[in-house]
Amino acid sequence: MLIKQLSVFLENKSGRLSEALSALGDENINIKALTIADTQEFGIVRMIVSDPEKGFSILRAKGFSVNLVDVISIATSSECGSFAVALKVLSDENISIEYIYAFSVADKAAIVLRTEDTDKALKAIQRNNMELLGGNEMSDL
Amino acid sequence: MIWNKTNECMQRDEMITLQSEKLCELIDRVYFNVPYYREKMQKDGLGPDDIKNVDDLKKLPFTTKDDLRDNYPFGLFALPTSEIIRLHASSGTTGKSTVVGYTRKDLATWSEVVARTLTCAGVERNDFIQIAYGYGLFTGGLGLHYGGEKIGAVVIPVSGGNTGRQLQIMQDFNTTVLACTPSYALYLAESIDEMNIDRNKIKLKTGVFGAEPWTENMRNEIEKKLGVKAIDIYGLSEIIGPGVASECIFQNGLHVNEDHFIPEIIDPVTLEPLSEGEEGELVFTTITKEGLPLVRYRTRDLTSLNYQECECGRTLVRMKKCTGRSDDMLIIRGVNIFPSTIESILLEISETTPHYLLIIDRINNMDVLQVLVEVDQQFFLDRIGQLESLKQKIRNSLESTLGIGVDVKLVEHKTIERSEGKAKRVIDKRKLT
Repeated sequence: MLIKQLSVFLENKSGRLSEALSALGDENINIKALTIADTQEFGIVRMIVSDPEKGFSILRAKGFSVNLVDVISIATSSECGSFAVALKVLSDENISIEYIYAFSVADKAAIVLRTEDTDKALKAIQRNNMELLGGNEMSDL
Repeated sequence: MIWNKTNECMQRDEMITLQSEKLCELIDRVYFNVPYYREKMQKDGLGPDDIKNVDDLKKLPFTTKDDLRDNYPFGLFALPTSEIIRLHASSGTTGKSTVVGYTRKDLATWSEVVARTLTCAGVERNDFIQIAYGYGLFTGGLGLHYGGEKIGAVVIPVSGGNTGRQLQIMQDFNTTVLACTPSYALYLAESIDEMNIDRNKIKLKTGVFGAEPWTENMRNEIEKKLGVKAIDIYGLSEIIGPGVASECIFQNGLHVNEDHFIPEIIDPVTLEPLSEGEEGELVFTTITKEGLPLVRYRTRDLTSLNYQECECGRTLVRMKKCTGRSDDMLIIRGVNIFPSTIESILLEISETTPHYLLIIDRINNMDVLQVLVEVDQQFFLDRIGQLESLKQKIRNSLESTLGIGVDVKLVEHKTIERSEGKAKRVIDKRKLT
């Protein structure tokens, strides 16, 4: 089970992120999580939103370089150490993480990640009885 | 001093007689030895007998850089390669450079005209000439080299780059003449200051600078900072390399060695010849060259001609410092670059759109080329590493073809201006006018 993430390529110019986010807000797209990977010249904004397909169309129509990307989301509790436990499952299986971010709401937490081998990661997660989040469950958080 | 008084100080009528004679010989040679020229002349209904003197030059068809490329590598040579003893090639074209071949006599001619150039610049046999033009396929280094040896000066073949070493040699060997591009001359001047080198250890008195356009302002700056007389020299590999024309110490126009290369000025649009003093495109006919003689070669450089005798005593026609070009060729650090070359390289890279922008600037007196490239929306752009390697891939392709360092910047989709007419692909921030 995978969820859709919006990935947007942005140049490092003031106002660009704000423009992208306003475009989503104006169409009632809710942002659940957001992270930015940046270099000196450009950045990639990664977002989990309430309606990824619609968000994608909106941003594309506004001329943004945007893509929908399948990522894995793991549900954990927001207790100390639970993030580490989840990651150990992957490292024990020698699965490299390309990027990862996480957020927590009340006593629940979600980890969003992308690995070089999605199938292998999914199997490892299921074998260890960890809970995967789908798009709807993510929206409910 | 004048290197070859007989030929450099001829009366106009004598020059015309000499040019006419050599032109007829040239047309005979290309008509019978180069199929390309024969076909072109036949198409215009011309035979060798139709060319009797320099006035008939205007009847002849033009030759362009594209003609050289279409006949790559040796198609326009007028002699078999057994007679060729040296090849040079110009830089920065779509995979195919323009190749020039020299016979033994061509190399002798080349040394002669560079000897004239150096003498014209005030260089003598007691001078130490540091040649900081690149050696190799580029004609700059070796051209100056043999001319310097011909006048009996001490030639120091340092070649380009390695500024620290250039300055060390300049001090240790008491270099009196510096030959390089004007932008590198300025860069060296600033490095002298930055490295706190004692100015008394620098014995430079003359600079022979060429291979790229430069302004009077730049000349003033170089003269002030390096303490030299900065002489503008002109040449292009297709014609022979450096040695085509040079300023004398009066710095009032470049004397064209017209007993070897007949200059004309044409209107780049109508292609009609223009008269003395009118600005247009410079065209050369190489009347003495054997390996690769060219008939009415369009240089694309814009200038005008002045036939008045110079204060220095030379009667050779003078061309004004070049003011620009009639095509979109860029000269960056002495390297000739066409935007179309960059475009064709980018088109081969599927992750980018065909939209790009070239920004050229002169930072610390060095030309810098930045290429802005739009990332294709379809390109999977989720990972930084992927984008970084795309950037690297573009840079490698560009650098290996162009031969100069390029700064690549990835930009968002649709940030490069679209235009309905001719797209603006180049922003040249160098202040050259």
